Amino acid sequence: MTNMKKRNPNLLHALLIFIVFSLALTACGWDQDPPNKGNGSSNASSNGGSGNTAATNEGNSGTNTDHSANAAPEASGPVELLNVSYDPTRELYEAYNKLFAAYWKTEHNQEVTIKQSHAGSGAQSRAVIDGLDADVVTLALGYDIDAIADKGLIDKDWQQKFDNNSSPYTSTIVFLVRKGNPKGIKDWNDLVKPGVQVITPNPKTSGGARWNYLAAWGYALKQNNDDEEKAKEFVKALFKNVPVLDSGARGSTTTFVEKGIGDVLLAWENEALLSVKELGPDKFDIVYPSISILAEPPVAVVDKNVDKKGTREVAEAYLDYLYTEEAQKLVAQNFYRPQLASVAEQFADQFPDIPMLNIDDDFGGWAQAQKKHFADGGVFDQIYAPGS
Amino acid sequence: MAGGAVTVQLSEKAAHRPKHITESVGVRIVLISIALLFLVLVVLLPLLSVFIEAFKKGADVYFAALRDPDALSALRLTLTTAIIAVPLNTVFGIAAAWAISKFRFRGKNILITLIDLPFAVSPVISGLVFVLLFGAQGFFGQWLQAHDIKLIFALPGIVLATTFVTFPFVARELIPLMQAQGVQEEEAAASLGARGFQIFWRVTLPNIKWGLLYGVILCNARAMGEFGAVSVVSGHIRGETNTLPLHIEILYNEYQFAASFAVASLLVMLAVLTLIVKSFIEWRTNAKSPERSADDAH
Repeated sequence: MTNMKKRNPNLLHALLIFIVFSLALTACGWDQDPPNKGNGSSNASSNGGSGNTAATNEGNSGTNTDHSANAAPEASGPVELLNVSYDPTRELYEAYNKLFAAYWKTEHNQEVTIKQSHAGSGAQSRAVIDGLDADVVTLALGYDIDAIADKGLIDKDWQQKFDNNSSPYTSTIVFLVRKGNPKGIKDWNDLVKPGVQVITPNPKTSGGARWNYLAAWGYALKQNNDDEEKAKEFVKALFKNVPVLDSGARGSTTTFVEKGIGDVLLAWENEALLSVKELGPDKFDIVYPSISILAEPPVAVVDKNVDKKGTREVAEAYLDYLYTEEAQKLVAQNFYRPQLASVAEQFADQFPDIPMLNIDDDFGGWAQAQKKHFADGGVFDQIYAPGS
Repeated sequence: MAGGAVTVQLSEKAAHRPKHITESVGVRIVLISIALLFLVLVVLLPLLSVFIEAFKKGADVYFAALRDPDALSALRLTLTTAIIAVPLNTVFGIAAAWAISKFRFRGKNILITLIDLPFAVSPVISGLVFVLLFGAQGFFGQWLQAHDIKLIFALPGIVLATTFVTFPFVARELIPLMQAQGVQEEEAAASLGARGFQIFWRVTLPNIKWGLLYGVILCNARAMGEFGAVSVVSGHIRGETNTLPLHIEILYNEYQFAASFAVASLLVMLAVLTLIVKSFIEWRTNAKSPERSADDAH
């Protein structure tokens, strides 16, 4: 018992140190929060690194005085938007958010901070349904926005709200192969050959993978005079050659590019161009198949959320501004195909013209394609048996 | 840590062991080298590679990655989460272990099973459970929205998921220890006239302190490192709801490999820091009362 008296102070000591330590840390945590919230622009450009932040801040304080002198009627407080997007748009929106924040600042003399959230398109759609407070969604395919609209968060006619089916940019599906194309992959029928390993994400979870799948399906139909049984056999043979089925497009890219698995990656054109740029043109080649599919990643304002937060005006402007020439150039620089003809012409070298299937004309729209191919018990479930 | 004291004692004993019951030199060398090799391959090498990758593009890139506002916000969120979740689970763990090991009551086994539950289910499920409960479509979703309370895709959700996942660590560490110690010392204290809290503070707590500390450290390590459950409830909003592990994944997926390993090394250093704090407390206590470690082992 006498021992215990000696022990106690030590333990007390330790506990006290721990408590003080944690309190100090929490205090730091809370202290640093407010300036962050007040300082809108630093967050908008936060991804660009600390050097940039300082620059934008200076620039902003400069423009600030300019515009209060100019016109700018309402110098309203800072506003925050949340853009819930899918995997491969990270680089695009990182750049676009800066552009838009600067534009909004000059036009409305208001700081706008755009927060980004990225994950697989289907998962993001689910998160918004479950209460992720998105002001705008910029997803991989219309079906994922339809799913949100079904829950009443977005108006049913969202696809008519912005130009080009609410798709400010398009893309397509291409093949990324190892440098020199050692397996001689030229077109879709090369993918079903024995000994060719194909990397694609899982169509059940990935938007990009659904485009991959439908492009292969469309090709097979064309080759076999619309014989669906033959097309089924074709995609079945294709997925037999898939050793790893990742859940998202970026995961598949990492599998192919970083881990070195597979001979060909079915990828978004923008994702393929980005990989080549980021990881060296000496490592990979891009192959354009004889026919591919026009992928239209759409955008929408989440009506229920913006009305609750009072951010409708800026949210709509955010999506509208995507169609302007400046934004479209950014779109093209980030390897998406721009909608604006003048910009498209400028970047024609980057985006070869190939025949493309179209989801509405060739597959009867997303709702139908989804039901037929990707719903439980659909064609994909019939042809794909894991591990077979 | 009780384990540490035990090993120290064993090795001392082993040195004095009579020849006829020790293994031959050859066997000992083989055993030690297998253990060392395994440790180097499985623990040291991956840890080293984190730091090598992190500094691959030079110290500038390394420190830029750590100074990045998103990384700082992730660090802050991770620490905040751990600071809320770990004390909660410590208090709960002591209470549960105390109840289970010192008292008899109905449904004790059910309580033990419940404590183990977070170990048994996948972290992803642990996250989804909270989305199902508190998400906009969940059981309490309507009510929460009506009152403008945000749990999921915000700090409370992340803390909840982390607390859930790390919930068994302290209790699991303490229950076997306290069961082995039995209730004699407490009974003796009670018969000498000590009251409930007095018994706890002067008898029970000193007896379990190493086990408790070890549990807290494990709990903290997991709280800072948890990925699956947090990923489900985080919403992945940059600079806001990304914890360090989530931020590492983002950087990795954005081809910023050096930066991602730089942040990973930060997480490793946080873990090392907790170990240092642990050793420091251990050392101070042992230095002040050298006979204590022998006592604790019993």
